[in-house]
Order: sequence, then structure tokens, then C-alpha cells
Amino acid sequence: MRKSIAPRAVLSLNGALSLIGTLLRVSARPLISALSLICTLALIGGALAVSSTPAFAQQKAKALQIKGSDTMVNLGQAWAEAFSKSHPGVNIAVTGGGSGTGFSALINGTCDIAESSRAIEAKEIAQAEAKGVKPNQETVALDGIAIVVNLKNPVKNLTIDQLREIFMGNIVNWKTIGGANKPIVILSREFNSGTHIFFKEHVLRRGIAKGPEEFSPAALMMPSSQAIADEIAGNENAVGYYGMGYISPRQKVIAVAKDAKSPFIEPTIEAVKSSLYPISRPLYIYTNGKPQGIIKEFMDFVYSKEGQEIVKKIDFVPIK
Amino acid sequence: MSPRKIKEFVIEKLIFLSGIASIVFVVLIFVFLLKEGISLFKNHGLGDFLGGKLWYPVSDPPKLGILPLILGSLLVTAGAIAIAVPLGIAAAFYIAEIVHPKVRDLLKSCVEILSAIPSVVLGFIGMVTIVPFIKKFFGIPTGLTALTGSIMLAFMALPTIISISEDAINSVPREYKEGALALGATHWQTLHRVIIHGALPGIIAAAMLGIGRVFGETMAVMMVTGNAAVIPRTLLQPVRTLTATIAAEMGEAVRGSDHYYALFAIGIVLFVISFIINITADLFLHRGKRR
Repeated sequence: MRKSIAPRAVLSLNGALSLIGTLLRVSARPLISALSLICTLALIGGALAVSSTPAFAQQKAKALQIKGSDTMVNLGQAWAEAFSKSHPGVNIAVTGGGSGTGFSALINGTCDIAESSRAIEAKEIAQAEAKGVKPNQETVALDGIAIVVNLKNPVKNLTIDQLREIFMGNIVNWKTIGGANKPIVILSREFNSGTHIFFKEHVLRRGIAKGPEEFSPAALMMPSSQAIADEIAGNENAVGYYGMGYISPRQKVIAVAKDAKSPFIEPTIEAVKSSLYPISRPLYIYTNGKPQGIIKEFMDFVYSKEGQEIVKKIDFVPIK
Repeated sequence: MSPRKIKEFVIEKLIFLSGIASIVFVVLIFVFLLKEGISLFKNHGLGDFLGGKLWYPVSDPPKLGILPLILGSLLVTAGAIAIAVPLGIAAAFYIAEIVHPKVRDLLKSCVEILSAIPSVVLGFIGMVTIVPFIKKFFGIPTGLTALTGSIMLAFMALPTIISISEDAINSVPREYKEGALALGATHWQTLHRVIIHGALPGIIAAAMLGIGRVFGETMAVMMVTGNAAVIPRTLLQPVRTLTATIAAEMGEAVRGSDHYYALFAIGIVLFVISFIINITADLFLHRGKRR
């Protein structure tokens, strides 16, 4: 359900348009028509105001806009809640939408803090510099990517090479890797989810970001991590991946080995922290330049003992 | 000018502005789509875009072929129409011609309620009920298929098809029906030999508007069709639709990248197809009125 930000915006736009439509239909009566026009203008005005106030945060120093990665939206929310308790009067808004959304908001000046599950791209840095924004990267937590299958699936361990063959569509039946004689259904996150890109670069391409390997075209692209979790719970043919925050007793977690000679490791906090678990990644916060003022206070809080405790509570891995 | 005249003038202009607002919106939306979408074709050929079989938008270089997406959209729409049109027309005949007037009101309000259910809710219901059912019933590896999407979309197209068909049936002149009955035709003969001919343009328009509704639907489809960008061969395969692609990827597309422009170009494709569907529906509606 976390990916629903963009569609929700579409829905509300539809709502606004149909409202205008309804109002227009009765515009034979002058008073109502005048009202409808005012509504219309107010809507347009509102939209313009939202899109053209990059300086919003600066004017009201006590408001923080946090935006970005869907993976991190719960984490950001938890930090914001705890931070507001010790800083009453600070107003923090946390929204998801994806790492890319966070970067474009930071570049356009519509957010103060961008959460991201991937590093900023060269193209985005260039865009930022063109607008006088200097993206500053801070690593705030770690995340292990869990490989999950249905509880009825007998497969327990997989190597990175086996995962690679499965997700590229070269291994198509579970019996090849010690399971039942059933077809493999691949579940993936959408193309530009930070998790999808990380998995592609570090599992399919073995760390070579520009490699030629791709997900099998037959892979199902699920709109959210929760959708993957639900489909895995109900489908014994399925295999999928998501951030370890989504691990629950309804799915079976596969132990992963770097290669055939290495031990099989399950994604636990200790294993990710000590880099034993082979598929883990840093989670970032980006700000415009070195954090200052209230943003610095927030970052200090994130790095504090309490802030890192929260990381653990949301099922990510603290950096300290 | 007297205050009355000024008031008159202001109100008149306000009404005029309200009246042309929707035209302005349509034009602005189209211009914006065109402006953003055209940028794609600086680096990519139109043929590669419309006919390409691979959709890997975030690779380097990106592969931006939307043929699987177009076929996915068409397949899901065709499936939905195959389910919704016969069902909708039969329901319209039942409501307009056969059922007791008291039950008719109840049925009509139920149809209206069906159209008021948000597509997200329908998608969610489909995900937890129809997806597992399809998987079990057909014994296929996953229930996230084009057929599942078609069934959900059929639910969404039904209210449109039923209400407009029913209007068309009701607007067939009473004399036709009375004449047929007076000549000794049975009720069924009257329905399928006389009334259906009178109502046909309206019914076709209803089907076209239903198609339009289905083709543009996003949320429910994205939740139940699996979104795999492969060229579909059967209804029992996962598909990725044009609308779901935009909704799923726009949030994270790097602004100004080819991927971003490609999503707008998909928007143009959708716009053009919906436009054709609406024009066709309009043609049939007007043909019906002229008779």
C-alpha cells in the first residue's frame, strides 16, 4: 500500500476535475456559476501556490519537509514523531513517493530532507547544481534484502549465483534447485524502486552497475513490498525479495551464501551489521549542503542513541 | 454604466469563463503531454518506441519498447468487454423491459452503487478473492493474470454500459413495441427483432464508453495483473498495461531522462486511443438521435 502516493494524487485530481465538471453543468444559475469559478480559481491558485513556494521551509524555520524512498517512509515517520516530542513546535511532514521523487523535491526546493535507498545519480547531481542545490549525503541506516518463498516451499538455502539464474529466468523449475516439480513465479518490485535497482545491480550484475543482465521479462512487477509479501504467502510457486522490515511469519526467509563455498546466512541485524549477509545496502538522507539549524538538530537526533534505537525498532539495521 | 449593468456584465463574463474552462483544461493537458512526450523522439525512433518488444526503462541505455504494454492494455480491455458487454446489455433489457417497476428502482440504485465503488477497493477485493480463485480454478502458476484484470474491469464497465443501454432502450418509440405486439409478436420476438434494432446505436455507444472506462483504468489493473512486460499469448498470462506503467514508474523516474519522457509519450498514446474511442461513441450516439 506504500506505493499509492502517485495514484492517490491522480484520484484527487480526478475528483477535482469532476467537481468542476459538476459545477459547470449547473452554471445556468449565475450565483452558482460565480461560485464555481471562484472554486476553480481557488483550486488553480492552490496548485500554483504549492508548486511555486520553494522557500516555504525557509520562511517558517520550524517546519520540516521529509520526502523520498518508500522503503524508508516508516522510518522517517518514526524519527519525526520522536523528534517532535523533544522539539514541540517543530512541524514535520513525511511523505513517500520513491527515492527519485525525494531527489526531485530536494532539487526543486520543495523538501528539506530527501530519504533515499540509492545513491544520487550523476544526472540528478547535475540538475541540482544547475539550480544551486548541493546534495549532501549521509548514511543513516543499513537494510538487508531478504529473499522469501512460501511456507510450503522446501527450499531453504540459495547461493547468489542460483538467485541470479532464477531472477534472470534461466532456472524455471523449483526441482532444479532441490524443490518440488513446480514452475517458479518471479516477483519483483517495480522498475525504478530503489530496492529493484539495488537487487539488479548487486545480484543479477554482481556489483557491476552497467552490466548487461536484466530481470526475466516474465517477472511480475509488484506495486509494493506488501503486495509481494501477500502473493508469497498465498502462492507456493513464488519467490520474491524485499527489505528485511517486511519479514513476517507468513513467509519463509531463504538463507543466502555469497558463493558455493561460503556459509548460508539469514538476514539478521547482526549478520547485516557485520557484512556477513551478502545482500545489504546503506540507506541515505540527503540535504542541501551541510545540515544547519533545525535540519542539523534533526540529523543529530537521527545519529543519537535514541534515533538509532528507532532504526532497530522499524526492523532496519543501525549503523552504530 | 449603471450598477445593474456592471453586475450583469461581470456575471456574464464569469459564466463564459466557467463555460470554456473545460476546453482550456483539455487543450492545456494535451499541449503539456505533447511538449514532454515529443522530447523522447530526439533520441528514440517512433518505430522503436511503438514496436519495440523490450521494456527496461532504467537500464543503460534504456530499452523503451511499448508493444507489450499496448498489447497488454488491449488484451485486458478485450477480455473485460467480452464479459461486460453481453452481461450489461442483458441487464439493461431486464431493467428496462421485463422487471417489475418496484424491483427496477432497487436494481438501478444497486447499479449506481457499483459505479461509486473506488477502483482501489475493487482492486483490493480482486487481489484477495479473484486472484487465488483464478490460480486454483485454472491450475496455473499465478493468479495475477490478464483475465483477473478483465474480470475486475468488467465490474467497472458494467454500470456505464447498463445505464446508457437502458436509456437507449427506453428511448425507442413506444409505437414500435405496441405495433409489434399488435401484430401478434411475443414479448421476446418484440425485444430481439424490434427494440434491439431501434436501440442499437445507443447500445454500441454504451459499449464504446464502457471500453473507454476500462482502457483508462489504472489502480485495479495494477493490483491484479502482475505487470510483467511480456507480449501476452493468452488471457491466463500476466500482462503490463500502459496506465499501470505510468502510475508505477512516474513517481521515481528521473526528471528529464528518456524514461520520464517515455512515460509522457505513453500518455500521448493513451490520449489518442481514448480520443478515438470517445469519437466513435459520439458518432453512434448522434446517429441514434438523428433517426
